[in-house]
Amino acid sequence: MTKTEIKFTINGRSHVGEAPPRMTLVDYLRDELNLTGTHAGCEHGVCGACTIRFDGEPVRACLMFAVQADGHDVSTVEGLVNEDGSLSVLQDSFWETHAMQCGYCTPGMLMTASALLDENPGPSTEEIRDAISGNLCRCTGYQQIVEAIELAAKRTGERD
Amino acid sequence: MASTPDHTDNYHYVSKKRRTREDRRFITGKGKFVADVKHSGMLHVALVSSPHPRANIRSIDVSAALALPGVHYVLTGDELSVATSPLYHGLDIPNVRWFPLAVGMTRYAGEWVTAVVADSRYVAEDAAELVLVEYEALPAAVDTEHVMDEDAPLVHPDHGSNVLFHDTFVWGPVEDDFAAADHTLSYRARWARSSTVPIETFGVSARWDEAHEILDVWASIQMPNYPEQIAGALGIPLNGVRVHNDVDVGGSYGVKRGIKHTVLVGYLCRKLGRPVRVIEDRLDNMAGGDAHGPDRIFDVELAFDGDGTWKSMRFRAIDDVGAYPGRAPLQLGKPITALCGPYRVNSISYEAMSVLSNKTGQVPVRGFGQAPTNFMTETGIEHIAAFLGMDRIEIRRRNMIESHQFPWTIPTGTSYDSGDYHAVVDKAMDLAGYDELVARREAIRAKGGLAGIGFATCIEPGGGNNIFERLLNEKLNITTFSEACQIRIDAQGAITAIMGTTTSGQGHETLVSTIAGEELERDPNLIRVVHSDSIESLPTRSPVASRMAIMLGGSASGAARKLRASMIRIAAHNLGVSIDEIEYDGGDVWVRSDPERKLTWEGICFIAHRQFHNMPDGMEPGLQATDVLQVPAGGVMPDENNRVQMYPCYSFQAHIPFVEIDPGTGKVTIHQYALAHDCGTVINPDIVRGMIIGGAAHGIGAALYEKFEYSEDGQLLAGSFVDYLLPSAHEIPEIRDVEHCTPSPRTSLGQKGSGEGGYLGAPAAIASAVNDALSPLGTRMDELPLRLKDIEAVIHNAKTANTTEPAA
Repeated sequence: MTKTEIKFTINGRSHVGEAPPRMTLVDYLRDELNLTGTHAGCEHGVCGACTIRFDGEPVRACLMFAVQADGHDVSTVEGLVNEDGSLSVLQDSFWETHAMQCGYCTPGMLMTASALLDENPGPSTEEIRDAISGNLCRCTGYQQIVEAIELAAKRTGERD
Repeated sequence: MASTPDHTDNYHYVSKKRRTREDRRFITGKGKFVADVKHSGMLHVALVSSPHPRANIRSIDVSAALALPGVHYVLTGDELSVATSPLYHGLDIPNVRWFPLAVGMTRYAGEWVTAVVADSRYVAEDAAELVLVEYEALPAAVDTEHVMDEDAPLVHPDHGSNVLFHDTFVWGPVEDDFAAADHTLSYRARWARSSTVPIETFGVSARWDEAHEILDVWASIQMPNYPEQIAGALGIPLNGVRVHNDVDVGGSYGVKRGIKHTVLVGYLCRKLGRPVRVIEDRLDNMAGGDAHGPDRIFDVELAFDGDGTWKSMRFRAIDDVGAYPGRAPLQLGKPITALCGPYRVNSISYEAMSVLSNKTGQVPVRGFGQAPTNFMTETGIEHIAAFLGMDRIEIRRRNMIESHQFPWTIPTGTSYDSGDYHAVVDKAMDLAGYDELVARREAIRAKGGLAGIGFATCIEPGGGNNIFERLLNEKLNITTFSEACQIRIDAQGAITAIMGTTTSGQGHETLVSTIAGEELERDPNLIRVVHSDSIESLPTRSPVASRMAIMLGGSASGAARKLRASMIRIAAHNLGVSIDEIEYDGGDVWVRSDPERKLTWEGICFIAHRQFHNMPDGMEPGLQATDVLQVPAGGVMPDENNRVQMYPCYSFQAHIPFVEIDPGTGKVTIHQYALAHDCGTVINPDIVRGMIIGGAAHGIGAALYEKFEYSEDGQLLAGSFVDYLLPSAHEIPEIRDVEHCTPSPRTSLGQKGSGEGGYLGAPAAIASAVNDALSPLGTRMDELPLRLKDIEAVIHNAKTANTTEPAA
């Protein structure tokens, strides 16, 4: 199958590659860029496990083609750490509250939460639940995830 | 055993807030899930599934698929069934033959018919559409209540019936108790076909290593005896199957048992000389993955006295296992270990029936049959309360086993180890603010609204054992379900613990490092925990049955205690005193009467590894210990009356949700959810809390939303997340929990199981709340899930009946 050249920014670095037009973005990230932190869960846009940030917005990488990334800014869970490689406040908060069990939904959950906190640094509990309601977790019942995002907001001083 | 609230204060690490060992890799995207494992030259499988619930396969034309560039092979059931042995069933049913691909006949819509192997999944999917299968569609057996009818289509004609198992067990004087009781009542409870549906589907890759004659397997697996079943089906010696247990499993809760997937790729990788993998897509998973859960009809009779004393129960459970039973029918057996919950019922009659239907196969699900059973018993005690006009909580309290009565033996022959049920109920009611909830409910009702307080308890058996299998299959005479841990301390003093199974979110690395650290008084964060592969590993039975804190934790305690004893012995020898004169503190050892005479941890490790001349007589070099743990209290076959001690440990929970129902739409909103739990000594509080809250959320799904709905003619109507509804953070409320600790006398640190209880208690609790809300209408619902449209219909019918009544 013919491939199309694509150029986009991935986790702050520019990338040039080529993808068959029908290849999904999640497959491209995982199989071509070896960024396996982004997970496929349902491949029909419901579960949110494949959530990445696309020009800052949280989107489903299973519902996009890789070629649609051309010219855009993409970030994944691998790009969440601080520049020195240390854990971001959000990641560290997920660890502190044990906001996961199997860890499969965690990268998508982190990307959704990071987008929320960028837009709304001091979200209410209700706003947090609303923001993550498009990311399914089967292990935790969400409680410790909500607590992690609350903790991250507190640590950055935006929430009491 | 009396509760000792302070007993965990003595621990350094156990029961203390500590970060888990696992989470760091997940928050950085560095988990190693099966789809992340890549092999050079790997081929990919796409599956062609049957569109018919039941059909004869007339012909399969693979020529067009094979002609597509990039396609390597198309496998059919005819080839595979000749080359492999049938997959394992728990029951003795030799004429129910199960292979990864349909052979001659398809038995449910979604069953795999052919497997296409290609360079990429994309090409494999293209080719799958080119496979031409000619079917002769046949009528299907769909309605559970009618699959045993004489004229019902047979799912497996060679078996001669759709009934797989049918027997009645009687424990105690059931007839006498029913005759003597003041009252009896009967009801039907229905548990829908649902499942755990992890966010990661099942996947497996396999590579045949010809030079060593080893089949390497990487799988998203949580399954006892997985290597054995692979070896058996493929005709490979067990020491030629190497399952890599360091694969992270993206959720399971019982269902990740892809033995058919594994045999399929195991066969293909040998045949093709290339690594092969299959990763289910969501439809493969939900329609063709054979991962549905119990689907049960309970018809129950209860005998009780006017004061609320519950004397006896007599019930029939029909469980619809779909087309391929595997181990699933044994889920009728495990509940025998806690059949009457926390209540002092004197006698029980249990008619168990496992039936086939033309639906996706059933698999073990969280609790192994205990969640439906607990829903049935808790529904029963609510019926008694309603019959007698008694308070639902008071009647439970009158029947609960008292804390001084442990160990308490239930009629089926199993003794519960410990508990303080009243204390847990008290804590749940305090946390819920029960009196305020009642006031809140009454205020809503006064305005014409529908509000309800739910209440349910559950017993969570923990520790696992195969012994109950004997009751369903007399050929199974297995009396152990062991687990093992090896711990090594190297010459520099670093500790490595080795476990032999996968993890699917339970935090075993944290469990083992915490317990080993506690026993050796060393920092758990410095203890490495590795998952050995199945060839290297000691006997293991995988993380099922709420058993790992008990069994893996127990073996970690055992191995660590042996090492501690070895270190004391080496130190005493070198310090020239007896071991009784030694003090061990944090790994350093000194003479009690003269603390200056001392050996450090590092010093002892160096002696053990390098200075044989300083070792006591009879000790081997190095510091390594192994502990293989037999199930506590297990090991004895059932007696002639089918009485048997099954699991060792019995945790307890009490759940109190508060719901409101929109009278117009039937929508249930959970305003508040409180629960109290007692799983003995907690190893890691965050992990236990997550397990319990997550289990309750899973139970809320089963109670309100989740069902693998089938059309009357056998088509699955819920094959995506648009139709099969997993609860989100909108549906799951804040769940508040409070802990109580009654240590188990049967385990190394008093720990019990905690992985299943939330899922056992929540469905009954939500049903209780919904029915409390509906009670002013004079109606109730005992069929899960309690979906919006069904509740709306019940409300509508009740209101219609109420308004037409005066005219009648």
